Amino acid sequence: MLRIPCPHCGERDETEFHYGGEAGVDYPADPSALADDAWAAYLFLRANPRGWFRERWFHGSGCRLWFALERHTVTDEIRSA
Amino acid sequence: MRISDRLPDHPDFLWADAEPRKSYDVVVIGGGGHGLATAYYLAAHHGITNVAVLEKGWLAGGNMARNTTIIRSNYLWDESAGIYEHSLKLWETLEDELDTQVLFSQRGVLNLAHNLADVREGKRRVNANQLNGLDAQWLSPEEIGKLVPILDVSDRPRHPVVGGTFQPRAGIAKHDYVAWGFARAAHALGVDIVQNCEVTGFQTSGDTVMAVETSRGTIGCGKVALAAAGHTAVLAGHLGVRLPLQSHPLQALVSELLEQVLDTVVMSNAVHVYVSQAHKGELVMGAGVDAHVGYGQRGSFHVIEEQMAAAVELFPIFGRAHVLRTWAGIVDVTPDASPIVGTLPFDNAFVNCGWGTGGFKATPGVGSVYADTVAHGRPHELAAPFALDRFTTGRLIDEHGAAAVAH
Amino acid sequence: MARRLPTGGSRIDRSRPVTITVDGETVEAYAGDTLASALLAADRLLVSRGIYSGRPRGVIGVGVEESNAYVQVLDDGHVDRGGDQGGGGGEPMVAATTLEVADGLAVERIAGRGWLSTDVDHRRYDTLTTHCEVAVVGGGLAGLRAAVAAQAPGVRVLLLDDGPVLGGAAADLPAGSPAGLELEALLGELTCEVLVRTTVTGSHGHGRLVAVERGRRLHHVQAARIVLATGAQERPMVFEDDDRPGIMLACAAADYVSRYGVLPGERAVVWTAHDAGIHAALELAAAGTELAAVLDVRGSMAPELAGALDALGVPVHLGAEVTGTDGSDDETGRLVRVHTSAGSWDADLLAVSGGSNPAVQLFSHPGGRTRWSDEVAGFVPDTPAPGQAGRESVVGAAAGETATIPGWREQLTPPAAWFRSSVGDPERVFVDPHRDATLHDLRRAHAAGLSSVEHVKRFTTVGTGADQGRGFGVLTVGILAQELGRPVGEVGTTTYRPPYLPLSFGLLAGRNRGVLSDPVRVSQVHDRVAHAPMENVGQWKRPWFFPTADETGPGAMDAAVAREVAAVRTGVGMMDASTLGKILLQGADVGVLLDRVYTNLFSTLKVGKVRYGVMCGPDGMVIDDGTTARLSETAWLMSTTTGNAASVYDALEEWHQTEWPELDVTITSVTDQWSVVAVAGPSSRFVISALAPDLDVSAEAFAFMEWREAVVAGIPARVMRVSFSGELAFEVNVPSWWGAALWDAVAEAGEPWGITPYGTETMHVLRAEKGFPIVGQDTDGTVTPHDLGMSWAVSRKKPDFIGKRSLARDDAQRPDRRHLVGLVPVDGRTRIVEGAQLVAHGADLTAFPVAMAGHVTSAYPVGHDGQPFALALLDGGRDRLGEVLDAVDDLVPLAVRVTGPVSYDPEGARRDG
Repeated sequence: MLRIPCPHCGERDETEFHYGGEAGVDYPADPSALADDAWAAYLFLRANPRGWFRERWFHGSGCRLWFALERHTVTDEIRSA
Repeated sequence: MRISDRLPDHPDFLWADAEPRKSYDVVVIGGGGHGLATAYYLAAHHGITNVAVLEKGWLAGGNMARNTTIIRSNYLWDESAGIYEHSLKLWETLEDELDTQVLFSQRGVLNLAHNLADVREGKRRVNANQLNGLDAQWLSPEEIGKLVPILDVSDRPRHPVVGGTFQPRAGIAKHDYVAWGFARAAHALGVDIVQNCEVTGFQTSGDTVMAVETSRGTIGCGKVALAAAGHTAVLAGHLGVRLPLQSHPLQALVSELLEQVLDTVVMSNAVHVYVSQAHKGELVMGAGVDAHVGYGQRGSFHVIEEQMAAAVELFPIFGRAHVLRTWAGIVDVTPDASPIVGTLPFDNAFVNCGWGTGGFKATPGVGSVYADTVAHGRPHELAAPFALDRFTTGRLIDEHGAAAVAH
Repeated sequence: MARRLPTGGSRIDRSRPVTITVDGETVEAYAGDTLASALLAADRLLVSRGIYSGRPRGVIGVGVEESNAYVQVLDDGHVDRGGDQGGGGGEPMVAATTLEVADGLAVERIAGRGWLSTDVDHRRYDTLTTHCEVAVVGGGLAGLRAAVAAQAPGVRVLLLDDGPVLGGAAADLPAGSPAGLELEALLGELTCEVLVRTTVTGSHGHGRLVAVERGRRLHHVQAARIVLATGAQERPMVFEDDDRPGIMLACAAADYVSRYGVLPGERAVVWTAHDAGIHAALELAAAGTELAAVLDVRGSMAPELAGALDALGVPVHLGAEVTGTDGSDDETGRLVRVHTSAGSWDADLLAVSGGSNPAVQLFSHPGGRTRWSDEVAGFVPDTPAPGQAGRESVVGAAAGETATIPGWREQLTPPAAWFRSSVGDPERVFVDPHRDATLHDLRRAHAAGLSSVEHVKRFTTVGTGADQGRGFGVLTVGILAQELGRPVGEVGTTTYRPPYLPLSFGLLAGRNRGVLSDPVRVSQVHDRVAHAPMENVGQWKRPWFFPTADETGPGAMDAAVAREVAAVRTGVGMMDASTLGKILLQGADVGVLLDRVYTNLFSTLKVGKVRYGVMCGPDGMVIDDGTTARLSETAWLMSTTTGNAASVYDALEEWHQTEWPELDVTITSVTDQWSVVAVAGPSSRFVISALAPDLDVSAEAFAFMEWREAVVAGIPARVMRVSFSGELAFEVNVPSWWGAALWDAVAEAGEPWGITPYGTETMHVLRAEKGFPIVGQDTDGTVTPHDLGMSWAVSRKKPDFIGKRSLARDDAQRPDRRHLVGLVPVDGRTRIVEGAQLVAHGADLTAFPVAMAGHVTSAYPVGHDGQPFALALLDGGRDRLGEVLDAVDDLVPLAVRVTGPVSYDPEGARRDG
């Protein structure tokens, strides 16, 4: 059971959250200017590291706010980002 | 007190560990089912025996040792049915091919429908399967009740069974027997099996991969074939290639040994249950994929609790069975829930990954297709639709409906 | 009670006799007995048989380390206790050593495999969650010390122990002993919350423990700090014929004396690798067991212990080992003689103690690493899991400490790391009796080329039995190390996985069964429509159709739907539309947000108007559709499909918060705040007019795709002129608690026009005739708005919307993409089947594979023209109107003609009534 530290509500069970995958993948400023491969990279390519990973969570059953944190994908240690 | 029958013995000899040599014609990275099968087919069907299988831990200790061993081919799209049915046909002759028992039991796989949307999806898939020459059937709740008497097909459950798809030729096998069977046969043909050998990088020259760097030294390679499931993204990263993969924990569990009550594999995507009763009598069940990326081979306990609630709802008789052991594998999932098989942007590097929850059933099929791809340096026709570039063109093979959580 | 001692037994209450049944035979016991102690007391040694070998097996241990004595419970005797409904029968594979007896307990002996009972389990299982600052696992002296030290005002400390009483090993010592005195003092000081008979079965990281109390309650414990004081388990030894009834762990044998007043043997040979075994021998002797010999694998013995044995006249053999045993000829096969390197003795008890294994399972679960310790002769905690560092500590015997309990079987000389005898027939040396795995099997694995413990475990199945290696697991590693000629620490232990003890499926399901297994959502109108057959739509229950008393049997739905459709097409119908998702968007920039999330333009929508929109994912595929009304300059009300309400709400929140936080938008789900009754059909205007006399419902004053505030049946309402049927229609939105009143009022006001309630099936027929797709039915995540023929709803002017870039990819532009089309049977009467695949007309259905060109997404037996019709996705379908194909279901073809998706009122002439 992951305990997710919501910056607004405090630490809660992961069951209160939705997972949002890699953090920091911004919607392109002008998608129409992108070539197919660059657009495909935005759509589908996400980091998948063994180790520290900055990821997004959504406190769907709480404050309903999105936030990012860093979690170690092997040990599940969490440090805020 | 009823005395049980033993399973068949393993062969007296399986394989001997090899010290890595300076170079190989083909280096297969990943000593799981896919890597071993690929090495075997390279040696047996393509005459390429100067092959090493590099395994970072113990052989077949990843998803091969952690899956629920369900084998079926009833996927929706032609491309998927093609490769999975190719695999199922190979399963049917695998014991002869490998000259060993793999305990392949064609007991049938039943996929339950719980609402009208499931019925539409199921009938659509059955009809597609039938027209692709697969043995698929649509069953009514009454037929399901006869097939699996312990399943509650009344209208009592919160999500009642309203029908289901059935593939009689589908079934289960015994994973260790399979992995070791491929390892034994490959070893007998001269393939080097190197355990405790972690790949840490590659040496490249232009568009050619020259060597593989490992925890046990640098190994030259004529060709390199990635087959490392959830770890493939990290390996490809060493080659500067980003793959659309996310690795997630997928949990499974097993009960104590029980007298036989279930001789069909039963799956339900809607309520996240898939269960079979293995040869020795234990119930083997899979849970849903954990949402977060994870390599820890640990999943979250609430996933197990939810799965047990769903299982007892469908099979009231299971209420008193016990969870003896739980574990997690790491499944590598692509955006369209279909695998990636083919070439990498190098002259001599190949990739096979993204099987998500479908890896075990594909073992012989992808082994033969991937070996052919590696041997000839171009995608096998069954692999071609699963090329990496589909994510750029948008021509995806969306199997979320068939793959969902299901195995 | 042949072996019950006249006095003693700290855990039993001799004033409370208990009668149990074993294979139909009555056995007398006392309250506080376990099934194992009761059977030993009754001299019933044969408790199980080898799963494959059928060899007789008895009780080995006294607790969870038991490897043999697993039984089938027929009835647990706990009828009507604790609010249960009774019927606690049929539990497979329960350890006799942890099963407390009760009147009515009935068990059956089994051979390594249990069975599932078909009686319904009425037992009630609860799940509880507890938060605490400190959770102490294990109530022995080490755990009690930790709990007492942690107690402080405002600090919640929870102590969990798997036994019936606290104290662990100290509870078995005399009250006046140093350990007994300390225990008494600690119990006096203990003020924290205590759970006994509660086994922590898993440590799941981030401070989460899962524990089971008496098999009935599942505790989730969230702890800021965890102290593992889980003690140690005695390790067996292996030798030829080491599995006979009468061969037990030495300390376990002594515990039967102290806890249950049961003498496990009249005449014993004791074989040990550490001092605890000698202490146990002395305890057995004090209770009346004649010690035929004491063997110690070590070459020397502490003088105090040697002196004590000498005083009893017990022969001691150092450096000696057991080489085999003989059993009785009767069916029990019980031990009758022990062979050793120092001689042979008649004996009915062989008590062995190969050392102790610190109970490191909970330390290992989240990823803690253990190491082999020669001092302890066992695996001890080494590096805690990274996530547990600073949160978790291990104390007492679990940490490898040997002097935790003053005076208890304490360490005088180092234990020996002793794993196997070097003589005997390896096929009769059982290294995991529960799986009938032998030394021979281990050697075969090694000879087959296997050297990893994990491989050997899988080859031999050792450690996979009901005890999950708690008994023989470490021993197997040691034996394997000896076979491989490598140090134990190098061969390594296997990783422990939860649960530490088996957990029943029913326990894990808890209360989440039946209607509670998934929440049931119903609208506020539900009471008025609950008599109708219901369709499950996600968690919602929606009326499917409303059969009259005449509409029964297999044709009921078709008849009802035909009647309901006719009512809407020619008169008026009403339906509960409350389940549709409703999202309120407020702020100055809502229009901007909607322009980005919908494919069409929204910011130009005027107050009082409603617009239909299609929503795509970034991949360009349709994810939802619905109408949005502009309530004011800054407030908009969006509707979604019933099934996607939550995901659309979440998606809007995500885009707004993570990409466009600068937009002034506030998003609120109001699905449950509004009840909606749709009134549809040419007569609907009359009904609304009657209900809302102040509302001008003329087509001129209240146009299609507009909304008005009005008082409807005395209820403040929003009335929308939207239509999912193509007919003149009004949707009346009222605060949700007025839902039933509104329904009643509409029904009453509509009576003169024969208003007819209709369900989801009729709604589907009505919309399908209009070619309105249902997202998730006529789409499957691979369908673009263009595929649906909705290019009119895809803006060319907007610089961007979500999905726009993907729609520009080559694959989205292919002319042969699957398009939404209509189908009719060529024969005009045969029903088309949903899910049928479309193939070329006359295709050979025996020549596989048969090329497929699409599939039927929606199909209905009767349209307005009395003929069946369907919607389908068809490759290049828009260019194939008029073509004849075969729709194949179960390999039976049906000739169908391709039509446009709109089969009714293509001009839209009916929407104004």
